[in-house]
Amino acid sequence: MSVLVFTLIILIGSYFAGLLGSLTGLGGGFVIIPLLTLLLHVDIHYAIGASLVSVIATSSGSAAAYVREGITNIRLGMFLEIATTAGAMTGAILAVYIPTHYIAILLGVILIFSAVMSLRKKSEQIVKHKSQWAEKLKLNSSYPTAQGTVNYSVTKVGGGFVMMLFAGVLSGLLGVGSGALKVLAMDTIMRIPFKVSTTTSNFMIGVTAAASAVVYLQRGYIDPGISMPVVIGVLLGALSGSKILVHTQSSGWLRWVFAIVVAFLASQMIYNGIIGKI
Amino acid sequence: MAQKISFKDTDMQAVIGWVLRIGVIVSISIVFFGGIIFLYRHGQEVVDHRKFTGIPDFIQSFKGIIHGIFTFRGQAIIQFGIILLIATPILRVIFSTIGFVLEKDKLYIFISLLVLLIIFASMLSGHAG
Repeated sequence: MSVLVFTLIILIGSYFAGLLGSLTGLGGGFVIIPLLTLLLHVDIHYAIGASLVSVIATSSGSAAAYVREGITNIRLGMFLEIATTAGAMTGAILAVYIPTHYIAILLGVILIFSAVMSLRKKSEQIVKHKSQWAEKLKLNSSYPTAQGTVNYSVTKVGGGFVMMLFAGVLSGLLGVGSGALKVLAMDTIMRIPFKVSTTTSNFMIGVTAAASAVVYLQRGYIDPGISMPVVIGVLLGALSGSKILVHTQSSGWLRWVFAIVVAFLASQMIYNGIIGKI
Repeated sequence: MAQKISFKDTDMQAVIGWVLRIGVIVSISIVFFGGIIFLYRHGQEVVDHRKFTGIPDFIQSFKGIIHGIFTFRGQAIIQFGIILLIATPILRVIFSTIGFVLEKDKLYIFISLLVLLIIFASMLSGHAG
């Protein structure tokens, strides 16, 4: 395969990954690693590096829009970034010692988990209960809705923090944003309104990924020839995805299609990991 | 007093949004430009990324990348764009820190400095490993 053909295949694949990722809210980095390793037989280290770079691009791009709308809780994000960056650093260091086929299996498991999470029904919850820690850390905030400004409180700060540490480790180890875990921590543990947890998670993903990318960059995991079409493709796909979302309602069947595709790729990753082909 | 703080918070939101947007646009443009040069010069070569061999020597160090940019080498230009992209969210944390300094929010000055310190430590650990 020539460099030109290789680049075009990745560009097209990444475009659709970014498009679906943005339409379903799972993020494009998700399909990139299976695409590169299973289809194009790229070494998983390069795939993780390229995925990480694309995660930073899409997270920063969409965070820019959300932050200005005032939905993102910047203080909460900042506080939890202590956990995610520390976790990401640990994950990136661990990545050297863990055999690649374990990484492939773990990635498959996380992919399936995230696909299931994306199908979950979302209901807006507002907690008014005052937690001492949330008060001290000034985490309680408000966000604008069509019905006016809504005030909310944050609970179980410690539990959320520990969960974020774990999300950070996985992000650093696997080169994904692990947005599903971040949303889980904020939704079910800290009981934050869904809209705030999604945008704040997105806000944190860029910094988390950067914390492990600085390690991967120096180890030579981030290859320019592979990362270039991945990051351009995913970003363009995510951009068109957000344009479509403005015009249409987010459709239920699309989530199902994507969840099934992801689950299929994930099982392939697990299978190849077990037989030791990755 | 409360009025004043919320005004500064929205100010910070605007600046952060702006930093992220400019960072992504500039770095991706550089990656795209480098990509065209790379494909023009190496498009017909055969790829093989099956084995992990790291990255080419000339883009291994920052000095090498800068030298590569001036000698118009596509991969060096792409890598420079990628480094700028990685720096974008870090820059966002730096701008937030400045925002908290302006708001005189000591707790969050400390928290954002801690995040920067962790990223810096991560950078050093990669250097050693």
